[in-house]
Amino acid sequence: MSEDTAATGKSYFTPFNIIAGLIVIMGLVLTVIRFTGGLAATTNLSDYNPWGLWIGFDLLVGVALASGGYVTSAAVYLFGMKKYHSALRPAILTGFLGYALVVLALHYDVGRPLRLPYPFLVQQGTTSLLFEVGACVALYLTVLFVEFTPVPLEWLGFKRARNLVVKLTLLLTIFGVVLSTLHQSSLGALFLIAPSKLHPLWYSPYLPVYFFVSSIIAGLSMVIFESTLSGRFFKHKMDETHLAEKDTIALGFGKAASFVLAGYFIVKVIGISAGNNWHFLQTGYGAWFLVELLGFVALPCFLYAVGVRDKNVTLIKWTAVWTVLGVVINRFNVSMIAFNWHLPASERYFPHWMEIGISVFIVTVGLIIFKFIVNRMPILYEHPDYKSAH
Amino acid sequence: MEGTIHTLQEFMFHTESITYLIIVAALIAITGFWLFLNGRDEE
Repeated sequence: MSEDTAATGKSYFTPFNIIAGLIVIMGLVLTVIRFTGGLAATTNLSDYNPWGLWIGFDLLVGVALASGGYVTSAAVYLFGMKKYHSALRPAILTGFLGYALVVLALHYDVGRPLRLPYPFLVQQGTTSLLFEVGACVALYLTVLFVEFTPVPLEWLGFKRARNLVVKLTLLLTIFGVVLSTLHQSSLGALFLIAPSKLHPLWYSPYLPVYFFVSSIIAGLSMVIFESTLSGRFFKHKMDETHLAEKDTIALGFGKAASFVLAGYFIVKVIGISAGNNWHFLQTGYGAWFLVELLGFVALPCFLYAVGVRDKNVTLIKWTAVWTVLGVVINRFNVSMIAFNWHLPASERYFPHWMEIGISVFIVTVGLIIFKFIVNRMPILYEHPDYKSAH
Repeated sequence: MEGTIHTLQEFMFHTESITYLIIVAALIAITGFWLFLNGRDEE
């Protein structure tokens, strides 16, 4: 189904394609600069700030927002909530693309792409959390790829291969949840080694718990968010089942997100109490912490609950956007804003425009691929040959 | 009783006491929140 045919009269020069094309051209130029000029030519990273936007946004935010895959798989296959089945493939696709782009973004930060397999083949740092994160992300990306393969196999008509892969679903789901628990928490645990660098309101021995729980919240909210966007931009691709179940998914995932947000709020307060850090709430950083905790945790928790009680899907959809923004802010706070909080302003980090450009380029590549797949493959509809398969 | 904390034992006693109270209050609050969340489902 080509978008550009003389019969339909449609052009490739849509606003999305033009803007995306310009971003891709910019991104390719910046890529050349990064791999020929090094970090100094394209970033504001330094010995004080070795991790910046590419870690804070592309890795931490990217992994958190790609968690819709394991959350939805767990809901459908482990908890038996079959009514959310239509959310599975979009969530798996988003997760697969998300993790793939996280690995792509990592290449920009690490800088020597051919050495990516080194932790597995040359020098295993088994005492390092980063080794565990790398191993889990690599394995989980493989799991997501295998979970996604039924889609192109259906599209290409390879029935036997498709049916064989589908039999692995439960095993892959269990493996995916285990791996996700490991690496989502370990990304937070990376900061345990820097108690003097991360502000006490964000630093806690419970950082792994914070990151894991907030990844569940991010995953639930992202599924609602991408369902909203799909309903807006890909409605013509959705079959009756997907259209009918959209609101059910929003209400169900909204209820889950509300409850998990409540639990997250409680563990954050317990973390402050355990460290006896109440006095920091009266500082400037404390005010910003309260903005994050009250404005982006407590408020969406309450708004989700009101939306679920009143069956107000619009409120739930806007709350999902707000919650995703809250997770982004949390990851930014831990990795950049509240990190090195004691340093003078001259030593603090702000991303170079080229770092921002590369991150925008990577997100745009993800959107382009997502659009390509959704427009051609059975993501938002069931393939007619497999309608009774679920 | 002095307000200054001298030992780790005193610090832990102080912080854990408050934390336990918060946990008990949180368990009661989250039960109420669960009832609030599911309140309209039974109607």
